[in-house]
Amino acid sequence: MSAPAETRIIFKHIDEEGYSNDITCYQKHGGYEILKKAVTAKPEDLRDEVKKSGLRGRGGAGFSCGLKWSFVDRRSGKPIYLIVNADESEPGTFKDRYIIHQDPHQLIEGTMISCFANNVKQAYIYIRGEFPEGPRILETAIQEARDADFVGKNILGTDYSCDIFVHRGAGAYICGEETGLIESLEGKRANPRIKPPYFPAVLGLYQCPTIVNNVETLCHVKHILDMGADEYLKIGTPNNTGTRILCVSGHVKKPGYYEFACGSVTMGQLLNDVCGGPLEGRTFKAVIPGGSSAKILRFGEKFTIKNKDGSTKELAVEDIPMDFDTLAACGTMGGSGGVIVMDDSVNMVDALANINAFYAHESCGQCTPCREGSLWMKKISTRMVKGDARPEDGELIKNVADQIAGRTICAFGEACSWPTQSFVLKFGDEFKAYAETKKSKPTDSLELV
Amino acid sequence: MIQPAQPELVTVTIDGKEIAVPKGTNVIEAARLAGTDVPHYCYHPKLSVAGNCRMCLIELGMPMADRATHEPIMDPETGKQKIGWIPHPQIGCATNVVPGMQVKTQSPMVKECREGVMEFLLINHPLDCPICDQAGECKLQEQATGYGRGYSRFIEQKNVKPKRAQLGPRVTLDDERCVLCSRCIRFCQEVAKDDVLGFVDRGSYSTLTCYPGKELKNNYSLNTVDICPVGALTSTDFRFKMRVWFLKQTNSIDTESSVGANTVVWSREGVIYRITPRRNDEVNDTWMADSGRILYKQVQADDRLHQSTVKGQPATLAAVIADAAKLAKAGHVAVVGSGRSSVEEQFLTKRLATTLETETFVVGQTGEGDGLLISADRNPNTRGALVTGLVADVPTAQLDALGAEIDAGRVKTIISVGEDLIAAGLTPAQLDKVALIILSAHGTSTTAVADVVIPTLTVFEKNGTFINQQFRLQKFAQAIPGLTSASNDLVVLDELIAAVGGEASEGDMKSLWKSMGAEIPVFANITYGNLPATGLLLDSSAWDNLNFPEGETLHFKPAAAEASA
Repeated sequence: MSAPAETRIIFKHIDEEGYSNDITCYQKHGGYEILKKAVTAKPEDLRDEVKKSGLRGRGGAGFSCGLKWSFVDRRSGKPIYLIVNADESEPGTFKDRYIIHQDPHQLIEGTMISCFANNVKQAYIYIRGEFPEGPRILETAIQEARDADFVGKNILGTDYSCDIFVHRGAGAYICGEETGLIESLEGKRANPRIKPPYFPAVLGLYQCPTIVNNVETLCHVKHILDMGADEYLKIGTPNNTGTRILCVSGHVKKPGYYEFACGSVTMGQLLNDVCGGPLEGRTFKAVIPGGSSAKILRFGEKFTIKNKDGSTKELAVEDIPMDFDTLAACGTMGGSGGVIVMDDSVNMVDALANINAFYAHESCGQCTPCREGSLWMKKISTRMVKGDARPEDGELIKNVADQIAGRTICAFGEACSWPTQSFVLKFGDEFKAYAETKKSKPTDSLELV
Repeated sequence: MIQPAQPELVTVTIDGKEIAVPKGTNVIEAARLAGTDVPHYCYHPKLSVAGNCRMCLIELGMPMADRATHEPIMDPETGKQKIGWIPHPQIGCATNVVPGMQVKTQSPMVKECREGVMEFLLINHPLDCPICDQAGECKLQEQATGYGRGYSRFIEQKNVKPKRAQLGPRVTLDDERCVLCSRCIRFCQEVAKDDVLGFVDRGSYSTLTCYPGKELKNNYSLNTVDICPVGALTSTDFRFKMRVWFLKQTNSIDTESSVGANTVVWSREGVIYRITPRRNDEVNDTWMADSGRILYKQVQADDRLHQSTVKGQPATLAAVIADAAKLAKAGHVAVVGSGRSSVEEQFLTKRLATTLETETFVVGQTGEGDGLLISADRNPNTRGALVTGLVADVPTAQLDALGAEIDAGRVKTIISVGEDLIAAGLTPAQLDKVALIILSAHGTSTTAVADVVIPTLTVFEKNGTFINQQFRLQKFAQAIPGLTSASNDLVVLDELIAAVGGEASEGDMKSLWKSMGAEIPVFANITYGNLPATGLLLDSSAWDNLNFPEGETLHFKPAAAEASA
């Protein structure tokens, strides 16, 4: 069975010959028409439409966008802020940057519609510090949109005003965590806030109600209002509506980004048919389906999934449809859509050591389990690859991870412990044997950060 | 006395025990009320909640209700509402009680969480307890004992951080011991309003430090040492001086100003090693000024008086009392009392003046208030002087009126209880014209020219009470034995009273308070022994119309401001 065709909605014009990121090109392709329509509608109707569409956040958690908007405290009398989370930092994820680089007006239109729908007067685009081009492109695009009356004071001749500021991130992974992002935007260290009480929808930026949405999510808003929720619902599967951008990296012949209707493509189709299969002479060993913090899947393992009618079915990794719910049912997550493929040339201890080094470097250091645990895990896995592995290290490192997950201020606790938990759980034999495998050749170990 | 409004109560169940606690209480405090300890590091009752140490993780359950109908879901077995337990542990510090809430503080999950956090806190900790100043009062030690696993699985290299960072003139930091709880940072921001501390670097390499070009040198810097749960922040003054478990703790009162911050004096074998604040939610919360912590140094100060003298010549106490009485009985006496004396001393000073049928004066001591715990009135007991009748109005800083009396020849002898008359504005020429009887713990320019000098005790060497700016009667206790070469002020005053024909007290606090209660209406029915550690608010209505110098400080608003508010 060959893979279905891509459904390009968000990435419709990405890499398109002759498509440029200026407003003229965007408008030639029908740009800002939806915004023009939206500002004549009632904001609550727009929100209802988004809620009805079943749109789930594309940043990682997959939380319902409509529900998130419905939590916003609209009675406090305080201004409501909208923040575009463009801090795309999850290893293996590279979708938002292409939207920003090649189609920034799509994001601006989506943002302005969402702002209008939520009566937001000020929006911020918080863009990852390591993206030097993005902010320049966005600034130019926003100015174009301002000049054309799509952003700023009294847009499109209405009495609605809303401006967008671009803020460059402070160069840390944790700035992508929504409350860490808010702290950073306020000019502080990006230490995530405790929830309760600091739910952004109530006490967000400057202690005002705040919506934080991923770049891709806001682009979807535009298309939902374009085609209507009913049409949008037809894309994908129930509760997994719309399209997903999948960023495939690692050991496949054709890595890259692909946009599919949610759940329309299986892992096997994606890797074998879309991405051209494994490299010559190799076989797939494992895949991380949703950015490096998602739990790894081992080729060859089987998952028993409950059907709606109560019956069960068995799925191999290749059979898993790339939607939110099935991946969750398989014990991992769709996350940010970053699919990281590893073939039989990879030693899992080496791979984990690399991931652990990343998370130890990115822990903000605020709360104890993540701060101490992430570095401890790094120290253990680094020692292992440097030639001092002990057979019991796998068990120890997993136990350290177990002491982190679920006990921290923000989801970084899970992000840094899920790789270790799943690597050791699924490749425990490699961890046990590592001392033997690598003892004679410590020089081939990786130099870590 | 006005009773505070009764708080609204919320009933919660902690480890199966139902308890009603005030609304807004968090789980740590609620558990405390239920008699259960929820261990924690970063939470401090007087600071904002940070929720970062994760030591106070507990299991939380809520009564279940049907989502659609909001009808309670009942458990057929128990007949009670079903409890839905949150699968992840929650932090007690940031969780406020709501009706029906259930808390488990002793479950296997909670135990495992605490073991995990303890292990994490210790892996990079230097474990230098044998030479650590915090040993004996260290939360890390206590909670490692109470909630840790008792062994380490860590075989990697520990992180290296600065060991002796001088954060300011009085605070030394060992970054390796720091558990990054941020209490000190929050204290500086929220209480001292001097935002100088912060973390640099990330993750486990996070390091506490001062902002570039800043120092932790505000007058409240040592509170960071008090609230540091571990041995990271230490007092440069107290560091390496004494193991804390050898020290005796005595309740005392800060004498710096009329705030009357509650303190603990830590001593061993008659030597004081440090002073720390004592919690009083109505006065100083858990704070005190740095300047008040070094006052113990006055006990062994070089200018301490060791010998009673008559005209510069050593004499026994009996001899000097006799000499003083002779001068006093000659008439034309003025008595200068002090706002730094205890209420009991002021009461006897007043009795002495009454016996001599003479006028009393008190020297006002004022300075700038800091809005926190040092008020403009630098006498700890000006209110006492008013209540005991030593003065009728707020005393002025200069003894001009007394000076005029001397110049007019109407005063020939001055008895001063603890005051330096030259500092109070009398000139050496004026003092030349009178006989001076001075009770004082320390030598001053006045004692140098006095006819009779009687060495007395510092506040740390005696019992007594002060009345602070709120008219709160607060007691202090003797921390160390008095200098053998000095006498208790009360004894001296009693002997003077007896020598001039008055009625001395029976020499003990109990009977003294009996007569004070009989003579002074606001003291009625008060006994020294039963005075609560946090003090007793007196009826101040008789003095409400006076113009006190104090501005607003912690838990105190001047009457004028209060009226307008």
